[in-house]
Amino acid sequence: MPDGGPRRLRDLRLAGLRKTFGDFVAVDDLDLTIPAGSFFALLGPSGCGKTTTLRMVAGLELPTSGQVLLGDEDISTLRPYKRPVNTVFQSYALFPHLTIEDNVAFGLRRRGVKDTKRAVGEMLELVELSGFGRRKPGQLSGGQQQRVAVARALINEPEVLLLDEPLGALDLKLRRQMQLELKSIQDRVGSTFVHVTHDQEEAMTMADTIAVMHSGRVEQLGTPRDLYERPVSRYVANFLGQSNCLDGTVVDRDGADTVVEVHGVRLALPGRHASPGRPQSFGVRPEKAVVLASSATPDAALRNGVPGTVMDVSFTGLSTQYVVRTSWGQELAVFAQNDGADAAAHRGDEVVVAWRPEHAFPLREESPAGASEPAPALATAAP
Amino acid sequence: MIVRTVRAARKHLVLAFGVLVLLYLFLPVFVVVAFSFNDPAGRFNFSWSGFTLDSWRDPCSVPGMCDSVLLSLQIGVIATLVATLLGTLLAFGLVRHSFRGRAGTSLLVFLPMATPEVVMGASLLTLFVNAGVATGFWTIVIAHILFTVSFVVVTVKARLAGFDSRLEEAAMDLYADEWQTFRRITLPLAAPGIFAGALLAFALSFDDFIITNFNSGNTITFPMYVWGAAQRGVPPEVNVIGTGMFLLALLLVGGAEVVRKARTGASTG
Amino acid sequence: MTAVLPREAPPTEPAAEQEAEARAARRRPPWLLLLPGLLWLALFFLVPMLTLASTSLQTGSLQTGYSLTWTWSTYSDAWSTYGDQLVRSFLYAGSATVLALLIGYPLAYAIAFKAGRWRNLMLVLVIAPFFTSFLIRTLAWKIVLADQGWVVGALQWIGLLGENGRLLATPAAVVLGLTYNFLPFMVLPLYASLEKIDPRLLEAATDLYATPARAFWAVTWPLSIPGVVAGTLLTFIPAAGDYVNVQFLGNPGSQMIGNVIQSRFLTVLDYPVAAALSITVMLTVLVLVLSYVRRVGAKELL
Repeated sequence: MPDGGPRRLRDLRLAGLRKTFGDFVAVDDLDLTIPAGSFFALLGPSGCGKTTTLRMVAGLELPTSGQVLLGDEDISTLRPYKRPVNTVFQSYALFPHLTIEDNVAFGLRRRGVKDTKRAVGEMLELVELSGFGRRKPGQLSGGQQQRVAVARALINEPEVLLLDEPLGALDLKLRRQMQLELKSIQDRVGSTFVHVTHDQEEAMTMADTIAVMHSGRVEQLGTPRDLYERPVSRYVANFLGQSNCLDGTVVDRDGADTVVEVHGVRLALPGRHASPGRPQSFGVRPEKAVVLASSATPDAALRNGVPGTVMDVSFTGLSTQYVVRTSWGQELAVFAQNDGADAAAHRGDEVVVAWRPEHAFPLREESPAGASEPAPALATAAP
Repeated sequence: MIVRTVRAARKHLVLAFGVLVLLYLFLPVFVVVAFSFNDPAGRFNFSWSGFTLDSWRDPCSVPGMCDSVLLSLQIGVIATLVATLLGTLLAFGLVRHSFRGRAGTSLLVFLPMATPEVVMGASLLTLFVNAGVATGFWTIVIAHILFTVSFVVVTVKARLAGFDSRLEEAAMDLYADEWQTFRRITLPLAAPGIFAGALLAFALSFDDFIITNFNSGNTITFPMYVWGAAQRGVPPEVNVIGTGMFLLALLLVGGAEVVRKARTGASTG
Repeated sequence: MTAVLPREAPPTEPAAEQEAEARAARRRPPWLLLLPGLLWLALFFLVPMLTLASTSLQTGSLQTGYSLTWTWSTYSDAWSTYGDQLVRSFLYAGSATVLALLIGYPLAYAIAFKAGRWRNLMLVLVIAPFFTSFLIRTLAWKIVLADQGWVVGALQWIGLLGENGRLLATPAAVVLGLTYNFLPFMVLPLYASLEKIDPRLLEAATDLYATPARAFWAVTWPLSIPGVVAGTLLTFIPAAGDYVNVQFLGNPGSQMIGNVIQSRFLTVLDYPVAAALSITVMLTVLVLVLSYVRRVGAKELL
């Protein structure tokens, strides 16, 4: 346990971490290194194993196999009260029968610190709750309770602070405010923050690095920009924002590009991918595509284009959203930023959806076990 | 207009009925309190003859009554302490752990509540008779512990069921080991339930007649005294005790509510 | 370089083993917690039931001592001699239960749905009268239902009672007393059940054109059944074995089985018959509980 000496920060490493509940595999051989001092997010929908992973780091669950390491120290089987790790719980878990002061000072007192008044005062100031010390949790609003929970954990100067969807119960405006506050606190304090959430916008706002989890495994790891611009699978592409996904077959190599034919349309995908004859999927973000009239002269840069009919035009304030149906029945989405110009097309218009090849990203073929949508080649007879 | 009045009447009809029922529940209590001030003409305190404070001034002037009250208190305290301990342990065991025999254990705990007092009292008597144990103070205590344990378990279980296990996890996350977590978090939060269970046990024990009747031998508890007095003539002093019990209990319930509000700082129940 | 904490004894087991151990430990009953209470229950509840059963099959007397002779005829004798009282007990208890349901349900409903912020107060008021001694309260009814009292007077004036009609020392008084004494046992489970009902269900029903009466029967009543069952059992069972109400408010002709058991045990000292009757009551009650529970499900009661 930290004794208040020089702050030591070690990388948090999960090695082959696995957790099963009976037949159910919650966490499936997780390998992850979370750099010391970073703000790290575990992103995924409910049931993907992120909370279980967090609990194993906190010591509230024992791994079925694998290890949790701080630097070189194996803490996998240490009791929670022996780990330099603190948690901010989703439901805050404030002790209802203790005052705010006593709640915040709880960890310090258990470690034998006698005079907690100053530390508590500083901490309450950090979360902007000075003067609330004598009150009870039941008298505080959700946002205030959340800040007490953060204070209660941070005061112990843990090496790793775990946050289990702490902002879930707050309304939108408060949530945004808290996101920025937490980020600035992490800057100041310097501990490693591991934030578990299902809200992709939250993860992208706050974290330096994000791990997208799916069925107990890490699907992709990277910075918010990496994950958004270069998702490796349909799952990641659709979890972070929206994406058009096109499935085709490789027909040719064109210099540095691969040519993929999708229902008769030839489209260029930068880089070398599958060999000719093999299936290849790729994606394009709606905001990267534009809607052009069929008759317009194609722009040299917008080399990829798919013809279709406009099915819907929606004005959302920030953008105009088009839904274009292709000849093979797929609906593509295009978001045109609201720069003051009129709508480029109207319902029923024949248009071309075009994009620059470098904006497309290849998607790997989904394996049966991890697929969120079945890959076309593996479609089995529907019941 | 008519619909509105009908609807209003209907809305308040149920509530009015409810209040009537409450009055009905309180009717005997009013009578008891009123007749504690009665100056009975004969031995039987059944018709009003005159107002007096004599019974209140010196309730123990009636031979044997205050002794019986004291005895009931003694039995109540001992039985409550033991039953609360046993019951709380059982409740923790049943709620916090899932083990194979849990349903069966729950059933066994529940059975005494489903058994008519006559049967329980009678069966205990046969036990004592067959074992050659003379009935008296301690057999009463044993009997009282028996039938109050179940109620303690149910009360504490109800309190524990609403318990947020995250609180104990949070405590351990904040460097409290198992014992400290229990002492500083679990116990204080379970305490109201335990206290309620103890209160219930005491009330049941103090007021018990039927089971006590079977197992008391020559020991006279307060209810036994009243039973005997019913034949001979119930003095108003008995009403004084009854009223006193009522007021004391009200005080305790009110006090418990005040304490609860102070602890959690909550404004509604 | 990263400093490593000195390894402290005990050496850490592989996580898998420790986890499997923890899981096995959860399956084992927590003996330390359960044993004291269970022992007490076993010794002073289960064993006495056995001794009661055994006593019912014994013969002898206090002077000559009792011996287990497996005399089953004791049961048939007891039933034939005291069959009336047995039936009467269940009749009185049944009537009291029905009355308690009729009176108690609206009260529970009022507290659950109509009371608003008076809810807690009303609940306390339901229980409060029972802080006075059970016997004293029942004696108070003797005063209220007295021949010269205003209740009898009012009933005579309406015409429900004849000129010389009385309430005391009649079955009516006994049933009234039983109903009164066990009313909270009916109201509280009913309230607990009603309180859980989401008022939005009723709103949905009225939104779908249901009249208040229809909404009640279609939504509220079915959802309150567990409370009705619990309340009925908690009222009927003690009422069936009661003898205090008869003693104070009834007459020798309205004896219930409780009176018989009490006198056989404590006055006449005819243990085998008394025990046989007790077992009969117990078994009847058990059958009743089990059949009720089967219809509703045991979870609610436990």
